[in-house]
Amino acid sequence: MDAMEQRIEKWLGTNTYHHSEFWSIRELVRAKEKAGLTVSLCIPTLNEEKTIGKEVIMFKSELMDRYPLLDEIAVIDSGSTDNTLAIAEAFGADTYLSSGILPSYGFRPGKGENLWKAIYQLKGDIICYVDADIKNIHSKFVSGLVAPLLYREKVQYVKAFYDRPLALSGGVRPSGGGRVTEILVRPLFSLFFPELTAMMQPLSGEYAVRRETLESLHFPIGYGVETSHLIDLYQKSGLDAFAQVDLDRRVHRNQTTIDLGKMSFGILQTFLNRLEHNGIVPEMPEFDGIFRQLQAEGKRYETLNRTMVEEERPPMKTLPEYQEKHG
Amino acid sequence: MEGKEVQCLQREAVLSNRESLRAIRELLLANVVMAAEIPAPTGSEGLLTRFLSDRFTEAGLTDIANDQAGNIAAVLPGQDRSRNLLVAAHVDKVWPDSEDHTVSVGVGSMRGRGIADNSLGVAVLATLPLILERLSIALDANLILLGTTRSFGRGDLAGMRFFLENTDQKIDGALCVEGMNLGRLSFSSLGMARGEIVVELKGGSEDPDFANAGVIAVLQKALAGLLEFNRAHHPEVKILIGTVDSVSGYNVPPLLGKICFEIRSREAERVAEVERLVHALVERLQAPSDGAAVAVEIIARRVPGDLGEGHPLVKAARKTLEILEVEARPEPSISELAALLEAGIPSLTLGVAKGEGRHSPRETIQLDQMQDGLAQIVSVLQFMDSGGCD
Repeated sequence: MDAMEQRIEKWLGTNTYHHSEFWSIRELVRAKEKAGLTVSLCIPTLNEEKTIGKEVIMFKSELMDRYPLLDEIAVIDSGSTDNTLAIAEAFGADTYLSSGILPSYGFRPGKGENLWKAIYQLKGDIICYVDADIKNIHSKFVSGLVAPLLYREKVQYVKAFYDRPLALSGGVRPSGGGRVTEILVRPLFSLFFPELTAMMQPLSGEYAVRRETLESLHFPIGYGVETSHLIDLYQKSGLDAFAQVDLDRRVHRNQTTIDLGKMSFGILQTFLNRLEHNGIVPEMPEFDGIFRQLQAEGKRYETLNRTMVEEERPPMKTLPEYQEKHG
Repeated sequence: MEGKEVQCLQREAVLSNRESLRAIRELLLANVVMAAEIPAPTGSEGLLTRFLSDRFTEAGLTDIANDQAGNIAAVLPGQDRSRNLLVAAHVDKVWPDSEDHTVSVGVGSMRGRGIADNSLGVAVLATLPLILERLSIALDANLILLGTTRSFGRGDLAGMRFFLENTDQKIDGALCVEGMNLGRLSFSSLGMARGEIVVELKGGSEDPDFANAGVIAVLQKALAGLLEFNRAHHPEVKILIGTVDSVSGYNVPPLLGKICFEIRSREAERVAEVERLVHALVERLQAPSDGAAVAVEIIARRVPGDLGEGHPLVKAARKTLEILEVEARPEPSISELAALLEAGIPSLTLGVAKGEGRHSPRETIQLDQMQDGLAQIVSVLQFMDSGGCD
């Protein structure tokens, strides 16, 4: 076993959890109060009326009304045209239009934009992000992620991973990342940041982070936001800043191969940007940001070109408005 | 008694319950979602009773236990422990665990398999201790919360029957909670015989109908005979047909089929009379030359029972609904209430929310009046606690 393998295995042993280790929410609330921390939940949305109501009900009931683990639940929306905001509000979430937060900085359509603006809008010392499209929502999606931050001071960033099989014929199983993880991100991490391959699902949309960490991170507004966070925080603080929690199973929409292609293109752009920004590779050539796909109709083939430039928001703590509001 | 009624059903108290409940509605709704997404087909309710057990433990209840029938029971001890009140909800659902149990939530409604029958009832059971705590209601009587198993079909109320036959506690009054419909006020139970006519083709028949349609030819005659009873007999007795089943695909005449039916009446003798007619029908269909074996099996029975319109508990429930401006809809029951009335326990079945599509994949409950449904249960429970059932 080489040194890298040893480091990864050691980290897997100490920083990988299963949500059941934190089954007592009462204990979590005690730890939170002892640490004097506040916790905010941010759910970024765009047309999620089918699932948002259930998420808000579950989190508000279990983690606010029953046990005060959460201090606020905020839905930050990119401009839904369905009933997403009305439903979220009806069940007690604070709702915001992303375009209405820090309006002088404009509005970029993208999940990363909502996550970035949440740092300004929300109050918590810890912010937990949970996607809105989870069908089998449960309070563990938040309590499991927040727990390592409450119990371990050095942990700054906690990622979720999923898909523990219910039955297994043999003793060994693959780590179960998604397609884009296994085909794109894990190979790139293997080449440039081998320790980050310890993250089971680096692209999962559920994570909890300390405010002082979040406010220092760059925020790509599109698909690359999670990859960017991992690289930047790893470069700054190493693998021990991270933990990951097994949440068993996540039922959500499946994406088409075409959509996964777009996602990969966005992540790759971000990855290359971070390499350049962190001085890992010399200056990159200028990219035109056009993602070129093909489609066929009968015997006719045509190109589908889509301009996808991964814009990036600066660390929130560099904004005067943020410094004024959050010190 | 009149004094107690007035004392316990003061308009202000009922309306105050409703207002307080409005503020904690999400506690119930989260339990509805969780209860609905846990499969619990009749006979395999273990996961859902485990959920209730966990909730009862969290609420600090005592004597939490699964009995031999799989029921889950727990006790919220009262201040004067000499009396026992029971709130029960059946936990089983009509859906197999292979079906998608995902719940979707809209602005004013929730939808999903079994959400009304009886996930909402189960959720009320799970939330009731916390509701009483938040409303600062301390009952004098012990409150027994009971999630019953094997309610539907061949289950034949086995869970509730087992509890009643084996409990060493005297039950002074009981409420059965059903998800829908708000306004339902059941204080009587119908006489009922639930049965199956099973047709099996043994082969050897020359009948061209059998060659082309298999047992469907016999099922058709049986179905016509059953429906004819409805037309020919007293309106106070009727036969309901729930299932006609002979699945075989498109092009293979089925060899096995069945009809599931219920005979219902307020009068036991009328149920027995029609049951005899069904047996006679089956004998006529059982013509050996046809090559088909036809049999009838009665799998569940209820004897009629009635608490009576004038019982103080019924009057209190009516009065509560009136205060809440909900129209009372008296309807006889064939569910757990039947076993309770048969055991001589003053009991009601109440509904919690308005809803639609019962037993369909689009089963839906409306959320806007749910606090009325809860306020009704809490207020009637307070009435029972004051000795209203005695």
